[in-house]
Amino acid sequence: MAETEKTTVAATEAAPVKKAPKPASPGTQALRKVVSDVYAAAWTAKEKGEPVGWSSSKFPCEIAEALGLAVVYPENQAAGIAAQHDGERMCQAAEELGFDNDICGYARISLAYASGVETTNESRRVPMPDFVLCCNNICNCMTKWYENIARMHNIPLIMIDVPYNNEVTVSDSQVAYMRAQFDDAIHQMEKIAGRKFDEKKFEQACANANRTAKAWLKVCDYLQYKPAPMSGFDLFNHMADVVTARGKTATAEAFELLATELEEHVKNGTTTAPFPEQYRVMFEGIPCWPDLRALFKPLKANGVNVTAVVYAPAFGFVYDDMDSMARAYCKAPNSVCIEQGVEWREGICRDNKVDGVLVHYNRSCKPWSGYMAEMQRRFTKDLGVPCAGFDGDQADPRNFNQAQYETRVQGLVEAMEETKKLKEARA
Amino acid sequence: MSIEALVKEFAEVAANPKAQLKKYKDQGKKCIGVMPYFAPEELVAAAGMVPFGMWGSNDKTISQAKEYCATFYCTIAQLDLEMLLDGTLDLLDGVITPTICDTLRPMSQNIRVAMSEKLPCIFLAHPQNRKPAFGLKFTVDQYTHIRKELEKISGAPVTDEAISEAIKVYNKSRAARREFVKLANAHCDVITPIKRSAVLKAAWFMPKTEYTELLTALNAELSALPVCDWKGAKVVTSGIICDNPKLLQIFEDYNIAIAADDVAHESRAFRVDAPESGDPMMALAQQFAEQDFDVLLYDEQSSSNRRGEFVANLVKESGAKGLVLFMQQFCDPEEMEYPSLKKALDDAGIPHIRLGVDQQMRDFGQARTAIQAFADVISL
Repeated sequence: MAETEKTTVAATEAAPVKKAPKPASPGTQALRKVVSDVYAAAWTAKEKGEPVGWSSSKFPCEIAEALGLAVVYPENQAAGIAAQHDGERMCQAAEELGFDNDICGYARISLAYASGVETTNESRRVPMPDFVLCCNNICNCMTKWYENIARMHNIPLIMIDVPYNNEVTVSDSQVAYMRAQFDDAIHQMEKIAGRKFDEKKFEQACANANRTAKAWLKVCDYLQYKPAPMSGFDLFNHMADVVTARGKTATAEAFELLATELEEHVKNGTTTAPFPEQYRVMFEGIPCWPDLRALFKPLKANGVNVTAVVYAPAFGFVYDDMDSMARAYCKAPNSVCIEQGVEWREGICRDNKVDGVLVHYNRSCKPWSGYMAEMQRRFTKDLGVPCAGFDGDQADPRNFNQAQYETRVQGLVEAMEETKKLKEARA
Repeated sequence: MSIEALVKEFAEVAANPKAQLKKYKDQGKKCIGVMPYFAPEELVAAAGMVPFGMWGSNDKTISQAKEYCATFYCTIAQLDLEMLLDGTLDLLDGVITPTICDTLRPMSQNIRVAMSEKLPCIFLAHPQNRKPAFGLKFTVDQYTHIRKELEKISGAPVTDEAISEAIKVYNKSRAARREFVKLANAHCDVITPIKRSAVLKAAWFMPKTEYTELLTALNAELSALPVCDWKGAKVVTSGIICDNPKLLQIFEDYNIAIAADDVAHESRAFRVDAPESGDPMMALAQQFAEQDFDVLLYDEQSSSNRRGEFVANLVKESGAKGLVLFMQQFCDPEEMEYPSLKKALDDAGIPHIRLGVDQQMRDFGQARTAIQAFADVISL
C-alpha cells in the first residue's frame, strides 16, 4: 500500500521510438523531492547516531513527527524496489530465508532487505532500523511482518492495533482503545527519542497532516473533470508523499502546487495524460508495480483513463482532535466493513464519472481482494457499470499474467462500449 | 465402557458433525456456529445453546464459495462459507465470525452478506494489544456485544451466574483435554494419531458437560494402563489443523506417534483457562489476554523468539524426536512465523518437516514419502 516516485507511467510506457521523458512539472518535482528528503533524513539521522524507525504506512505519523524521529516506510520502499524490477529477486531472497511465496510481496521484499539483502534501487536504500512502528489497520500480516523485523534486529516494536470494524461508524469503545494505545505509543517513543513529547510540535504535525490530506484530496478531485487533466496513474506515484511525509509542511505545499497546475490544465482544456480520453475507469486495488508498463499499454491503446482510485479517500485523513484522529486511523481500506468500502468506491465512481471498473485481484493482499467479488456485483447493480477483474500482484511479477490482463481489459472496453451505445440509444 | 467403545463414540461424533447438529436440534436446542479463532464459547453455553465448531471439512469441495472468494484463501474459511451456502449448516441458529487473520476479515463480510436472509452473524474483533487494561476493556466490550446478540437468538438474558458456571464447565473440559494429551502420549500404542485426533475433534461438536464426562471416563481407563514401551517414532505436530484421517493414517503406517501438539484446532484451543472468580466477562477477557505463543497473536516481546522456543521446548519435554509442521496453504500467520520456528528447532537440534496441506487435498502420495523419510531420520 505505498507508492514510488520516479516511475511515472509516461516515462515507462512502451514506445516504438525511444523518446526522452517529458520533464516533470514543478509540482511533481516538488513531490519527488519531499520523498527523497525523507530517505536522506533517515541516512543523516543514522550518521548522527540518532535512532531511525521503520513504520507502516498508516501508523499515525504525527507522533514520530512531533518527537523529531526519523522514519522510513517499508511499503514505499518495497513498491519502489518492485517498480524498478528488483522485487522478484528480493522476494526470492525472502523465500530462501523460509518465508513462503504466498506471503505479501511487500513483506517479503522488506524482510529480505531487513535481513541484509541490498537492493539495486539505490533511491530506496534505507538505514537499518533501531525501532519499528506497526499499525495493523491495513492488515494483520503487518503485525507478523514487523515482529519479524523486531526479532531480526532485536529492537523495540511499537504496536497500534486497529481491530477490524463491522460497521460504518467507529464505536466509542474502539476510539477509547485507540486513544489508550496512542498514549502508550507516545510513552514508548519518548524513551526511544530521549525527549519529552512536545504538544506544540504535535499540533503542528497534525495541522500539516490535515493540510496535506486536504491538498491530496483536492488533487484527487481534479479527476472529476471530463476530460481529466491527468492520468489517475499519476496519483499512484504521488501516493509516496502521503505515505512517507503526511506530517510535513513541504508535502502540503507540493500538493498545493500540483493542484494549481491541474487547475491551469482544466482552464486550458489540457491534460498530462498521454492519450485522448475515451473511457473512464476506476482502478481497484494497488497497481502491479513491476508491470506498470504492461498495465498502461492496453489502457492507452483503448483510450481508457483511470479517473478513480480508492487511495483518494483512503489517505485523506482529515480530523479535528485526538478522538477524530483515532477514528480517522480506523478507516483504512482493509479495516472497514463492506458497506463502507462500497460507499467510498461508489462515491468516487459517481463523482469521477467512470464508465467501468477494473479490479486487481492482488495475490499479495488477502484482506483487500477478499470481498471484491461481492463489491463487483454491487458496482454493477448500483452504478450500472461493467467490471472486469484480473489476477496480479503488487510486487511479485510472477503472479501477473499480461495476456490475461489484456483480454480482461479488452472485455471491459467492449462492455463499456456496449453500455455507452445503450445509453445513447435511450437518450 | 471400554477404551475402544469410548473412542468409537468420539470418532462417530468427529466424523458426523451434521448428525450431531441434527441430534441437538431434535432435542429442541439452539446451535451456534463458531468459526476460528478464540471465540468465547462459554457465552454460547451460558445462553443455553450448543456451540458448534466450524473448521472446514475434509470431504467437501469448494464450489458456491467461489462466488465470493478468490482461490488464494485458506480452505478452512472457504469451506465454512461453502457449508453455509450449500445447506450443510442450515440447522444453525447463528454464527460467530472472529476476524483475527487477513482471510477472516473479508470472510466475515462475505458470510454476513451471503447469510443476510438466512442466519444471524455475530461479529467479533479481538484486540491484539490484549494484555493492558485498555485491551481487556475492549475485549469485554466485544464479548458484551456477543452476549447481547446471543440473547436475541436465545430469547432470554444471559446471566453472570450462567457465565461463571460455563467458565467452570469449560475449565474442566480444557483440563480434561490437557490430561488426555498427556495420556495419549503415555499410551500412544492405544491412542493412535487417528484416535487422538477424533477424541480432540469431537470437543467442537458436543456440549462440554457431555464431552468432559466421556473424556474423563476415557482418561480414567487410560490412566489404569501401564505406560507403553513405544518402539516407533514420536513427533510433535504443529499447524492450524491436522484432522484428516487419511493423512494421519500415514503416521500410523510408519509407527509415528504424536507426543504433543501445537495445533490451533487442538492444544492451542485449550491451553489457557479463565479465572473462576470475579466478573465473569472480565475473566473471559483475561483468558484471551493470556493466550500466548500463538502465530495469530501479537507478541509484546517480539524481539525474542519466544514462540519458536516454546514449541522447541514442547518437543523436548514431550519426549518427541522431531516436529511435523502442517502448513495450511495460504495461511499468512503460520507462514510468517515459520523461519523463526525453524530457527528455534534448528538451534535445539530438533529435526522437522513441513507438509503443505489444505482441506481440498485428496492425494497424499507426496506427504507419505516425506513422512516415511522423516520417520527414518528421527528413528536413527
